[in-house]
Amino acid sequence: MDTVTSSSETSSSRERSSDTNSSRERSSETGTSTTFDLRTVSLRDVNAALHAPDLEGEFVIECPAGAHNVAVGIDAPVKVTVDGHVGYYAAGMNQQADVTIEGNAGTGVAENMMSGTVWVKGNASQSAGATAHGGLLVIEGNAAARCGISMKGVDIVVGGDVGHMSAFMAQAGRLVIRGAAGDALGDSIYEARIYLRGEPASLGADCVPKEMRPEHHQELGRLLKAAGFADDDTRDYTRYGSARKLYHFDVDHASSY
Amino acid sequence: MCGIVGLHLRNPQLYPRLGELLTGMLCEMSNRGSDSAGVAVYGDPVWTPPGRGCVSLHEAEGDAESIGTAVASALGASVDVTELGDTRLLTADVDSEALLAAAKAARPGALIAGFGADLAVLKGVGDPATLTRSWGLAGARGWQGVGHTRMATESAVTPSGAHPYAVGPEQCLVHNGSFANHATIRRELRAAGVQFDSENDTEVGARFVATRLAAGRDVETALKELCATFDGFYTLLVSNRDSFAVVRDAIACKPAVIAETADWVAMGSEYRALSGLPGVERAAIWEPEPEVVYAWTR
Amino acid sequence: MVSTDDTRARLGLRESATFDRATIAAIQRAAETGIYDIRGWGAKRALPHFDDLLFLGASMSRYPLEGYRERCGTDVVLGDRHAKHPLHLDIPVTIAGMSFGALSGPAKEALGRGASEVGTSTTTGDGGMTAEERGQSKYLVYQYLPSRYGMNPDDLRKADAIEVVLGQGAKPGGGGMLLGQKISPRVAGMRTLPEGIDQRSACRHPDWTGPDDLTIKINELRELTDWEKPIYVKVGATRTYYDVKLAVHAGADVVVVDGMQGGTAATQDVFIEHVGIPTLAAVPQAVQALTELGVHRTGASGATGRKGVQLVVSGGIRTGADVAKALALGADAVAIGTAALIALGDNHPRYDAEYEKLGSAAGFFDDFQDGTDPAGISTQDPELAARFDPVAGGRRLANYLRVLTMEAQTIARACGKAHVQHLEPEDLVAVTIEAAAMARVPLAGTDWIPGLRQ
Repeated sequence: MDTVTSSSETSSSRERSSDTNSSRERSSETGTSTTFDLRTVSLRDVNAALHAPDLEGEFVIECPAGAHNVAVGIDAPVKVTVDGHVGYYAAGMNQQADVTIEGNAGTGVAENMMSGTVWVKGNASQSAGATAHGGLLVIEGNAAARCGISMKGVDIVVGGDVGHMSAFMAQAGRLVIRGAAGDALGDSIYEARIYLRGEPASLGADCVPKEMRPEHHQELGRLLKAAGFADDDTRDYTRYGSARKLYHFDVDHASSY
Repeated sequence: MCGIVGLHLRNPQLYPRLGELLTGMLCEMSNRGSDSAGVAVYGDPVWTPPGRGCVSLHEAEGDAESIGTAVASALGASVDVTELGDTRLLTADVDSEALLAAAKAARPGALIAGFGADLAVLKGVGDPATLTRSWGLAGARGWQGVGHTRMATESAVTPSGAHPYAVGPEQCLVHNGSFANHATIRRELRAAGVQFDSENDTEVGARFVATRLAAGRDVETALKELCATFDGFYTLLVSNRDSFAVVRDAIACKPAVIAETADWVAMGSEYRALSGLPGVERAAIWEPEPEVVYAWTR
Repeated sequence: MVSTDDTRARLGLRESATFDRATIAAIQRAAETGIYDIRGWGAKRALPHFDDLLFLGASMSRYPLEGYRERCGTDVVLGDRHAKHPLHLDIPVTIAGMSFGALSGPAKEALGRGASEVGTSTTTGDGGMTAEERGQSKYLVYQYLPSRYGMNPDDLRKADAIEVVLGQGAKPGGGGMLLGQKISPRVAGMRTLPEGIDQRSACRHPDWTGPDDLTIKINELRELTDWEKPIYVKVGATRTYYDVKLAVHAGADVVVVDGMQGGTAATQDVFIEHVGIPTLAAVPQAVQALTELGVHRTGASGATGRKGVQLVVSGGIRTGADVAKALALGADAVAIGTAALIALGDNHPRYDAEYEKLGSAAGFFDDFQDGTDPAGISTQDPELAARFDPVAGGRRLANYLRVLTMEAQTIARACGKAHVQHLEPEDLVAVTIEAAAMARVPLAGTDWIPGLRQ
C-alpha cells in the first residue's frame, strides 16, 4: 500500500484539462434552444420538461452545481448541454438524446443508458456507464473505479485512465481506455471487449489479453473516431476479454469465486 | 450513513474565511444525512486563543458559569467557557491534558467532544443549517476544518453518536460508511483499557487510530493498520493540528472526492461540497485510490 | 434390511442428532462433487413461526361480526406517500418477485392471471419484465436488483411500482443464481448472457452502496418516472430494525421484509438455512422502526389519513391465519412466493412418480435450479413448460388467494374487526416462549413477554 504525502506539490498526473482534443462541433443556431437555470427551476420541472412527448430541439441546463439526477430518462432525439459539474446518475437511462456535460460527472453517469450519446468533458466518478445497454459514453478525462461495471452493450471511450474494478462483470459492449487501468480490470468479464492502450495494474478473474485481428482494429478505429480520437494508432492498443473458464462451475477454479 | 467534508488551508489569506467555507461545504451535504452534525475547527483565535489549552464538552450539567467555576476549582486556575449551541468550549492557560483532567473531574458525566491546542469541536442534534447558525460557524477563522452530517438510525439521536470523534490531543476523525467487524475490535480495545462513549462503529475506528498515534506511530502508519484490521466500506478523514489525511477501504464503494490548489486542499463525499471553494475551477480533482493514504501537512 | 424403527431400536441402533443421515448424505455429496449444494425454497428447519401464535377471539367483552352483511374490509393502499398513483389492492396478499428464468413463461402468466382476477399485484424478478406478465397483471411491481438484468426505462415506466431489492430472506447478501440448464435462448436474450452458461450474479448494486447513496438512487427512479409510482425497498430479514429505519430515511414509500423462510429458486443450502432471521422475529422490529419514525399505519384504509410508509411481510405465509397474524403484528400486507407456486401445482402428488425419477418425492422437491420440474413451473424446458396450463393455473391461484382472504376475514370478524387491518398485537398470544419473545406478545395465560425491556 502506498502513501502519498505532499505539502506543496500537486499531483500533476491527476490533472486533466477539459480542453482536450474533441473535434465535436456544437451548433447552437439550428432549431429552438431552451435554457433552464437550476438555481431557479426545480430539477423535477426540468426533467419533466425533458420527458414531454415528441420533444424536439436543443436544451441547455445551467448552474447544475453538482446536482444529482440531471437529465435522467430522456427519450427523444434532442441535444442537451449541461453547463457545469453534475452529481450522481446524470443522463441515467438515456435514450436517443445527445447529452454533453461541460464539467465533471459524479457516480453512475449514463447508468443503464439504452441509446444516444453522453459526453463528459471532464472526469467521471465511479460506476460510469453502469449496466448500460447501448449508446456511446465518452469521458474525455479520467473515469474512477468500476467504469463499465455490468455493462450490457454500451460503448464507452475514456480519454484518460480508469480506476479499479473497471468492466467488472461486463456482459456485452466495448470499453476503450486510452490511458491506464486500475486493479482487477475485467474481473468476471463475460463477452464485453476491452481495448486498453496503457497498462493494467492487474487483471481480474478470467480476463486475459487477446489477439487483435483486423476486425478488432476496425472496431476500435470506429470507436476512437466517434469519440474524437481518430488520430490514435490502434496498434498501440491491447484487446482484453473473457477466457471463458468461469462459464460453468468447476471446483478447480473455486478460488476465482 | 453520512456526508463528510474537510478543508485544509495553505494560504493564510484564506484563514478568515475558514468558517464561511466550511459552513457551505457542510450544508451541501445535508441530503446525505441531517439528523446530527459536527465540526472541528483548528485555529479560531476567539474560540481557542493561541497558547491556551482547549476542551470541548457536550452534555455538561449546569450553565456556563457553573461549569467554569467547577472546572476552575478542579484545575486550580481560571477557566473561560464559551457556549456554542449545545457545546461548552473550555479554555485555560494550561496544557490541554491538564484541562481535560479537570473537566473530567468536575463533570464526569459530560462527553468530551474534543481536546487539544487550537481545537474546537462542536456537535449537535439537528440539521446542519440550523446547527451552523447556532454555532456562528460562518464567522469562524482558522487553518483547518473538518465536518460531518449524519443520517442516524437510533430514534433518540444522541450527540455521542455524532462525528467528529476527537479522541486524542488535537485529533479528529470523520467517517462515511460502515465497519463490519468493529464489535470485536471494540472488545479488544476495552480489554486494553480504552473507554468508549457510544456503541457507534466510527468511535471504534477513532479510538483505534488514537491508540496507534499515542503509541508513537505516524498517521499514515496508523491508517494503514486500520485498513489491515477493519472490514467494511469506509472513507476516513483524520486531522491533527497540522495535518490532514484521507483513506478509503480496499473496495472503495463509498464516495470521496479530493480537490487541491496552491491555496487549499479539500475533501468531500461529493463534488458538490467542493463546488463553492475559491478557485475550484482550476483545482486538480481526483478520487482517492483504495488503501492509499493521502496526507498533507502544514 | 433394517427398515423399521422397531427393528433398529431392538438392535440398539441410534441415530446421531449431530451426524444424522441427512448430514451424512450432505458431507458425502460434497466429497463427491466438490461443490456446495444448491437448491430452491426457503429455510426448511423448524422455526418459531405464526403457528406458535393464537388469536383471542370473541368473548364477553369483545363481540364478533356476522358474516356477509357486517363488512370486514380487505383492501389496502400501498405507496401513497409520494407517488402520483399509489396501488389500491383489493386484498392484502400480493405475489412476491420470482424471475422469468427461474420460472417458465406460462407460470409467470398464470401468476398474473390469478392475481388480477382477485385485484392484487405480482412482482417481476431477477430477469426483467416479460410481456406476458405485464399483459396479465393488473398491478405489476418491477424489481430493481443488483444484476439489472433486462432493466430499461420503457419497462420502468410500464410498471405500477418499483421495488429496489437489497436482498431476500433466503439469502440476505446473495445475488441471483441461474444455472446453465435454465439459460434458454429467451432468458439469455433478456439477461444479455451467453446461452447455457452458469449465471454469475452480483450481490451488491453496481452504482450505489449504503442508505446515503440509496437516497439519491430512489430520487433518480422518481425523476425517471415523473414521481408517478411508489418505490418499495425490499430487504432480507437480518438487522431489520435498522434496515427499516434506513429505508425510510432513504425515501422508501413501502418496505418489504422477507424472513428466512422466504423461498428462492436457487442458492446454496448453507445460505438458506444459516443466514437471516425468522419472519416472526422480523415483523415487530420493522413495526417498531416505522412507529418510532411516525410513519406506521397512517395511509391504509380506515386509518387516520396521514401519509405513511407501508410494510409488506413475506417468508412462510401459507394460510389466512398467517395473513391475519402478520397484519395483527403490524404489517399492511403480505407477499407469497412458495405458496403461490404450490397453488399452481408445485410438489403436487400427481407428479410423484416423476419426482422419484429425479431422486426426490412429492412434498420434498426443491431442485428448482435444475430446471427439470415435472410440473412445468420452474423450468425453461419447452416440453415440461407446455404441461403447465396458465389459464387453469391462474384459476387455481385466484382460488387460493380468495381462500387466504376469506380465512383472514373469518378470523378478523371473530375478533370483532371491521377491517383486517384493524387486527392488532393485543389480539394475539403465544404458545411458546420463543414465539412470545420474537413476536413480542404474551405467553398464553400470562402477561409475560420475554425480552421486552420495561
